[in-house]
Amino acid sequence: MPLTTSTVLICAGGACISSGEASVKEALKKEIRKYGLDEVVRVVETGCMGACSLGPIIVIYPDGVFYQKLTPRAAEKIVQEHLLKGRIVQEYLYKMPTGEVVPEAMDKLPFFAKQVKIATRNVGYIDPSNIEEYIARDGYFALNKVLTQMSPEQVIEEIKRSGLRGRGGAGFPTGLKWELTRKAKGDRKYIVCNADEGDPGAFMDRSILEGDPHTVLEAMVIAGYAIGAHQGYIYVRAEYPLAIERLQIAIAQAKEFGFLGENILGSEFGFDIEIRIGAGAFVCGEETALIASIEGKRGQPRVKPPYPAQSGVWGCPTVINNVETFACVPPIIIKGADWFRSIGTPTSPGTKVFALAGKITNTGLVEVPMGITIKELLYEIGGGSSTGKKIKAVQTGGPSGGCIPSEYFDTPVDYESLQKLGAIMGSGGMIVMDEDDCMVDVARFFLEFTVDESCGKCTPCREGTRQMLKILEKITSGEGSEKDLIELETLGNIIKDTSLCGLGQTAPNPVLSTLRYYRHEYEAHVREKRCPALRCKALVRYVIDPSKCVGCTACARVCPVNAISGELRKVHTIDNDVCVRCGSCIEVCRFGAISKVSP
Amino acid sequence: MSKVKSIEELMKIKERALKELQLRDTGKRGKITVAMGTCGIAAGAKETLRAIVEALAENNINDVAVVQSGCMGLCEVEPTVEVRLEGQEPVVYGHVTPENAKRIVKLHIMANQIVSDLMVRKGEM
Ligand SMILES: Cc1cc2nc3c(=O)[nH]c(=O)nc-3n(C[C@H](O)[C@H](O)[C@H](O)COP(=O)(O)O)c2cc1C
Ligand code: SF4
Ligand code: SF4
Ligand code: FES
Ligand code: FES
Repeated sequence: MPLTTSTVLICAGGACISSGEASVKEALKKEIRKYGLDEVVRVVETGCMGACSLGPIIVIYPDGVFYQKLTPRAAEKIVQEHLLKGRIVQEYLYKMPTGEVVPEAMDKLPFFAKQVKIATRNVGYIDPSNIEEYIARDGYFALNKVLTQMSPEQVIEEIKRSGLRGRGGAGFPTGLKWELTRKAKGDRKYIVCNADEGDPGAFMDRSILEGDPHTVLEAMVIAGYAIGAHQGYIYVRAEYPLAIERLQIAIAQAKEFGFLGENILGSEFGFDIEIRIGAGAFVCGEETALIASIEGKRGQPRVKPPYPAQSGVWGCPTVINNVETFACVPPIIIKGADWFRSIGTPTSPGTKVFALAGKITNTGLVEVPMGITIKELLYEIGGGSSTGKKIKAVQTGGPSGGCIPSEYFDTPVDYESLQKLGAIMGSGGMIVMDEDDCMVDVARFFLEFTVDESCGKCTPCREGTRQMLKILEKITSGEGSEKDLIELETLGNIIKDTSLCGLGQTAPNPVLSTLRYYRHEYEAHVREKRCPALRCKALVRYVIDPSKCVGCTACARVCPVNAISGELRKVHTIDNDVCVRCGSCIEVCRFGAISKVSP
Repeated sequence: MSKVKSIEELMKIKERALKELQLRDTGKRGKITVAMGTCGIAAGAKETLRAIVEALAENNINDVAVVQSGCMGLCEVEPTVEVRLEGQEPVVYGHVTPENAKRIVKLHIMANQIVSDLMVRKGEM
């Protein structure tokens, strides 16, 4: 029995690392050693805890006290006060937007209280490099149950009954996919875990791999047993080195414990897993491109059918599932399909992990039951706007998703409802926009991403999206016409219908959805040459209000292009032919005399 | 580590690891605080702490947290230990040798009886 009395969990997710996790950890450890507490206090690095905007964060158990926005100095103080003297350090507790300090136990924070954790149940709680902690949380019990009490058909039946749908984007029923692959002809079959995660802004898959790698391994072995496969691949992008390292450790441990390899858990069944590292092209997340990439070929999609279930890796029947999809499997096996169905909605059971980003107070990862309304998600969990300005829209589903305007925020979040709004669930990215965001510019931004990432194999995607981008650039620079709006729509629909793979088929979504809900903004750009959000540089001017300007010269001194003229204590003016719209002058004027206007 | 071949072996690992994990549970019935200031440690608080953790583990008690604190200001009766059970007034014990620690676990934690000969104070400070 190790003599541990307190455990300090420190988040080593991407956001916390970049906000200084390493130096906080060093300071913690040093201070703990200094007070001779190293024998009784354990420091454990976990995966992302979800509250990324508050990083670096730690949670101290058994008290469950959540400390945020730490510095090395703060870490020292917490060791001296909390760990040594048992006194909570108020100044690093979480504070509500209202300024109220929150009850210290982590699960009582509003951010965590409304969440239901299935896929991320262990992330941020266990030590990902310690297989025993995974076992303590019922890890590998599902595998044992499957191998000793269930036939492959029963496993498939249970997953089918649970209603689990793919979390990687399309929402295809997982049980059905497994059944099709089991029934497909072929001696060799494969399981592939899609951990490519190309959606900018989404990082739930990475967080599961970093925080709970064993759950993915366990689920893959279960899937292998269900369809009759003995080999699995995890395709993970090279930009995720920590995820790769944790997976490697986990695979080695699982082999040592007999959960991978021959005669798993003493049974007849054998299964192995290898990691394949991807170069990180967005299109490589598409299943047929990913399969090509695993085979060592260029990651280009091909026509479907045949689907991977018939012909996947090396032409063999293959199940390809997303990381989050796999992470739901062990709990379903242990607790049963009915339990899973009792969460979420009838057509979209279970939970979904979302990555909140943009103009929202609590950016980070949240796992919520399907069917929660967008409003609850953004306001009750996300804490509402971070800028004080009204939230105008939320963009869901990454670069191939769509924008949902605030009028529709009562919509429940599930596959069908989002689709009806012209948006998609995608992998669960949610980017929040406020009134300072120009929807034409947003559409342009996403399309730019697609144009860069198109693999170029098919013409509509390669040429069509480029053409659409050109039109959008024309509009944002004030040279668009009404005809362009019609052309955008026509082109968008053609590209959707004629592209080879999902990348092209969904690329026009951001444009089409913004045209649908924010047509007035497009019209303002083309008819009045005006950008209502004051975002499009070519359509805004900087002006000085003569009644407010006191002639302090601050703006003229900061202007990088000498666009501002005026004498000391006299009203200044801006020459908009020279101005490059950098915004510096607005920032320095202490009299609020400068503003942007459009046109 | 030899390979796990049965549910019994898996259970065993789970039980062992769970003890460690349960320390992270916040829903505890109570808390034992061991004063580990300089003079506490000099008087043997580390051994006391060890004895408490062991006694709890031996008796499969995992709903009571053990934490350490700094000086409680009671140098003359070190090692000192405070027991706080839900819904009861906290009790501070003095001269808690490892043997006394085991008695506290047996009587106070398990049988809900205050060990009066060791008690130095009752109630909130
Ligand atoms: C352009 C493109 C990119 C994709 N990227 C990913 C990805 O990064 N991760 C992922 O799981 N699925 C991605 N998908 C979806 C996969 O093709 C596939 O549907 C999914 O991996 C199936 O797993 P699921 O049923 O568990 O969701 C992408 C699809 C397209 C068209
Ligand atoms: S900083 Fe403001 S007040 Fe001062 S000169 Fe410029 S515009 Fe006028
Ligand atoms: S926006 Fe920039 S370039 Fe334009 S006037 Fe202000 S400081 Fe000068
Ligand atoms: S990275 Fe630390 S909370 Fe997300
Ligand atoms: S250190 Fe224990 S009473 Fe002073």
